[in-house]
Amino acid sequence: MVIDTLKCVGCSDCVVACQTENDVPIGYCRDWVTESVSGTYPSLDLELKSERCNHCDNAPCVRCCPTGASHIVEGGIVLVTANECIGCGACIESCPYDARYQHPDGYIDKCTFCHHRLKKGQLPACVSVCPTKCMYFGDLDDPNSEVSQLLKSRKHKTLAPEAGTKPNVYYLT
Amino acid sequence: MEEELFISGRNIPNIDPSLQVWHWPISLYLFLGGLAAGILFFAALFYLLGKDKEYPVAVKVASIIPPIALSVGLLALVYDLTHKLYTWQLYMTVRIESPMSWGAWVLLIVTPISFMWTFSYYREVYPKLEAKLQVFKRLKFLNSVEKFVIDNRKYLAIALIPLTLVLGVYTGILLSAFNARPLWNNAILGPLFLTSGLSTAAAAIILLSKTSKEKHMFGKIDLALITIELALIVHMIMGYYAGPEVQVEAMQLLVGGEFTVMFFGFVVLLGLIVPGILELLDVFKYKVPVFVPAILVLIGGIVFRFVMVEAGQLTRYLY
Repeated sequence: MVIDTLKCVGCSDCVVACQTENDVPIGYCRDWVTESVSGTYPSLDLELKSERCNHCDNAPCVRCCPTGASHIVEGGIVLVTANECIGCGACIESCPYDARYQHPDGYIDKCTFCHHRLKKGQLPACVSVCPTKCMYFGDLDDPNSEVSQLLKSRKHKTLAPEAGTKPNVYYLT
Repeated sequence: MEEELFISGRNIPNIDPSLQVWHWPISLYLFLGGLAAGILFFAALFYLLGKDKEYPVAVKVASIIPPIALSVGLLALVYDLTHKLYTWQLYMTVRIESPMSWGAWVLLIVTPISFMWTFSYYREVYPKLEAKLQVFKRLKFLNSVEKFVIDNRKYLAIALIPLTLVLGVYTGILLSAFNARPLWNNAILGPLFLTSGLSTAAAAIILLSKTSKEKHMFGKIDLALITIELALIVHMIMGYYAGPEVQVEAMQLLVGGEFTVMFFGFVVLLGLIVPGILELLDVFKYKVPVFVPAILVLIGGIVFRFVMVEAGQLTRYLY
């Protein structure tokens, strides 16, 4: 996934779309929007980011899961099988992005990149509703995909790359 | 200046504003697991050295603690799970990369062995209880189990040495495997928790022992372990200092931050330095009531686990 921080206006539509699409319990969210301000007045820089699970290549949550409930499916998406999850919380402790939470039903829940929609050929809910079209979803392994092309032509960053997780959500800056 | 805030609103229970996923049962288990591992280690070691007559508490009497500690610890662990009905999924797979999977399997082996060890000595240690339990005598099955464990003590002891070391180290590795929590993410936590577990075990043996010979022996052992532990803590702090910014920030919780009194006051000073000095005086034949350092070590051990679990969850990567 590629997110253009220059286009994002921080409307939180992605958050609401996700909560609706995935029946996220009230008070919880699988994605969220942050606003960071840096610099000294009057030369301030504001950056808006829609954040979620980074579906890392080197996912610490998958490594530390004692039952294998957290796993990476074909295509690189990190998922949790609810009826294999014991709710130990190790994956929550291991995630530098705090992208996981304890579902009120007990198991651990997180962003799935709307895996159920992808299987039908649709985009993740957050991407499909974005009013500024600042989010792009595609195959990073395919050099001709829109996301790969964007990463070739634009400056970008990932979150906490120093944590060594090899995240797969890129932010255009 | 750099400031970041959630503008979509985010206040997930136990996650925001700081992580509180692991609660007191985890700290309690880390203490009880380390204590049980330590006692079983000493029991097996002194049994294999043929010193079970000289140090009866270490080999026989104190062995009542591990089965209880492990049972309570396991209950505490399960209590802190949020999807409890699926706990059996732990034993459907072996995940080499997951310390928790290792720990679950080691516990599954060590806990029954700890019961067997106690069972093999109960006739010797609790003759009165044995007289009362005549009913069980009729169960031939139990008699044959007892004969089996008594005959095979040597093999149980040989198995216990590596298993208890793994269990003791695992209580630390469980935390240090998470690089997302900079305070936990240092390799010294495994040896440190093992040493601390052995030290609390020596303290528990001192508390239970009746002969001055055994008290002095375990006083010396504890003194050595305290010295190692202090050295490891110095290394841990040095490691944070030399680490990346997130670790320097994490360390500030212990050094100058909100956990300073708990860590340096209760763990380092009252839990290690003071009992260390008292045990040193005891070595030089000064009259010291040895139960004092023993109790201090046990309290220091439990506070140490609580500090590490609580403080670790406050530390994170900032981006």
